[in-house]
Amino acid sequence: MKRHLISAADLTRDDAVLILDTAEEMARVADRPIKKLPTLRGRTVVNLFFEDSTRTRISFEAAAKRLSADVINFSAKGSSVSKGESLKDTALTLEAMGADAVVIRHGDSGAPHRLATSDWIGGSVVNAGDGTHEHPTQALLDAFTMRRHLTDGAGQDLSGRHITIVGDILHSRVARSNVHLLTTLGAEVTLVAPPTLVPVGVERWPCEVSYDLDAVLTKSDAVMMLRVQRERMNAAFFPTEREYARRYGLDGDRMGRMPDHAIVMHPGPMNRGMEITAQVADSPRCTAVEQVANGVSIRMAVLYLLLGGNEPAVTTTAHPSPATTPDGGAARRPSSRTEETK
Amino acid sequence: MSKTLIRGAKVLGGEAQDVLITDGVIAAVGDELAGTEDAAVVEAAGRILLPGLVDLHTHLREPGREDSETVLTGTKAAAVGGFTAVHAMANTFPVADTAGVVEQVWRLGKESGYCDVQPVGAVTVGLEGKKLAELGAMHDSAAGVRVFSDDGKCVDDAVIMRRALEYVKAFDGVIAQHAQEPRLTEGAQMNEGIVSAELGLAGWPAVAEESIIARDVLLAAHVGSRVHICHLSTAGSVEIVRWAKSKGWNVTAEVTPHHLLLTDELVRSYNPVYKVNPPLRTEADVLALREALADGTIDCVATDHAPHPHEDKDCEWGAAAMGMVGLETALSVVQHTMVDTGLLDWAGVADRMSFRPAEIGRLKGHGRPVSPGEPANLTLLDPAYRGPVDPAGFASRSRNTPYEGRELPGRVSHTFLRGRATVVDGKLA
Repeated sequence: MKRHLISAADLTRDDAVLILDTAEEMARVADRPIKKLPTLRGRTVVNLFFEDSTRTRISFEAAAKRLSADVINFSAKGSSVSKGESLKDTALTLEAMGADAVVIRHGDSGAPHRLATSDWIGGSVVNAGDGTHEHPTQALLDAFTMRRHLTDGAGQDLSGRHITIVGDILHSRVARSNVHLLTTLGAEVTLVAPPTLVPVGVERWPCEVSYDLDAVLTKSDAVMMLRVQRERMNAAFFPTEREYARRYGLDGDRMGRMPDHAIVMHPGPMNRGMEITAQVADSPRCTAVEQVANGVSIRMAVLYLLLGGNEPAVTTTAHPSPATTPDGGAARRPSSRTEETK
Repeated sequence: MSKTLIRGAKVLGGEAQDVLITDGVIAAVGDELAGTEDAAVVEAAGRILLPGLVDLHTHLREPGREDSETVLTGTKAAAVGGFTAVHAMANTFPVADTAGVVEQVWRLGKESGYCDVQPVGAVTVGLEGKKLAELGAMHDSAAGVRVFSDDGKCVDDAVIMRRALEYVKAFDGVIAQHAQEPRLTEGAQMNEGIVSAELGLAGWPAVAEESIIARDVLLAAHVGSRVHICHLSTAGSVEIVRWAKSKGWNVTAEVTPHHLLLTDELVRSYNPVYKVNPPLRTEADVLALREALADGTIDCVATDHAPHPHEDKDCEWGAAAMGMVGLETALSVVQHTMVDTGLLDWAGVADRMSFRPAEIGRLKGHGRPVSPGEPANLTLLDPAYRGPVDPAGFASRSRNTPYEGRELPGRVSHTFLRGRATVVDGKLA
């Protein structure tokens, strides 16, 4: 049984396209006067957040609520977790309360994997960002956004598209998930960063690495700017904020050298003036706000496919739902690493 | 007068012979020995007789962390693993940095009776790397400390390390260095490389170990002292030690069983049972370590037996403690990685797991040949045994083994401490 989403590397091309297509269906719901589907009525989704991330939490919360699930938000701050309760005891508590899915954000890489492979809980685990490891739903919403701008949409992948990801690759879970997912979808990915912010071992990743932003801009269909924390400067990853912005920041001049159709992406929150200037952030080519909206659709699709069983996601659309298969959608649900590494 | 006859064992893997033990001493070795009529007989056909194993690197946790191990449970585990002497590391609570604490550990070892316990003294007060502990007082104490180590922490201050190396020359001591450059390993979780890049776990570069080893062999050469490198884990470290030895410098090194077998690929499971310091490295490192142990560049195997209570491993990777238990599986892992692969014969195992560690620790009465007149510290191994590792059966108080369920060869059938059987037919006597 496939029931978790831990890593973007666990998704096949067909899994990923199914999620994106399902998200398109979900997005249509947002255009209705009543933005709610009955699909997950009676199911309980727990948002288990050990790190503050209001954006991601409310995105998952909105997604679950639009599918009529009951949502419990569990924030580590001010809870028993801050008094030293272990992940295991927290998980056992949630299990006892009957959680069907646990959406987990954790500062330690591998914590969702641990949750999914332990016998602590029986429900689905969705990784909402773990340490510097992965953030698979972010990669999915990024791919969804790219597909809408760079292809004809439903059923398509990103074959042949050139995607450039710029910034703190070393500490970025967004970059890791995107490298996996975008290459699975056929895109060619180039990472751009100062050498200090590229991990040792990157040579085995299925992507190119460049230290020169200007050299790759002109052939990029999408340029994703990652948030660079100012604290990195104090750990000698780069000399000064200004030097970083000069060499690796995206300003209007650089954006002007991108192909006309190319988009600028940012997972947020943005450091205006650091990795991206206000001129670029506020330009129509920047999809940062659109990515937030797409995030809800993607998370609806993921929760639906993990929990929804055999019923069609959207019953009243004129088109047959891609999420529906004659024998039920189970066989096409996203796979998980759980089975593969046993 | 107590007599035991071990009949038909392959002494150090050689020809089958009988060994007669009388009053704790090896009385005779050979065929058809006289005076054996009243001896208790241990039938040992097909088994290997080795000198009692000596561990230079054991964490017995007492005083302070009796929830994970005590001197008594740790020495029981040692006996089951075929050890007759262990060196108890100094990172206890309180730290073994005074004559009082090392004497306490020494006394607890005497009382246990399963295995001799030789306390290791801390190099610096509180393992803080700032001020030398009273090394002379620990040496002069009843514990007679000759090995000093801040293990768990690196003596990273070059001046402190130099002074320690020089100071212990007065009583033929040795500094056993935990080589880990602290700045390069802040927050480090696993070997830095291909796997860490994928898993997003903070990397622990090989250079953090190698740069300290390079510095310390140069320091040891400069002051004419001897240095011992704990749990060497990288191919680069092997190269540096090989170079230092080629210069004739007084450098010795140990490798753990787990670094001879396991690689960082296992960390993909995020199972903290694989979290250890130094971290599991790559296949290339494992092969280099085996080769170095075979050719003598690495002098000995040391377990770095590091017990932890269940809760310290039953959690997410980042929150978990580092370390693995190893006493009860060490000889099996060495058989599997070194003997069954043809890299080392049983005489070589005797050298790397008994003679050399006893010599490095200047330990009397252990690491001696299987010859008449020598103390009867002996280990009898059934090399044909095959079976899965079952932590539930461990004598250790802790269960944090990376080998649970893994099929490993060999089992210690008997251990003799000065002629007294501490283990009989694989069970504590």
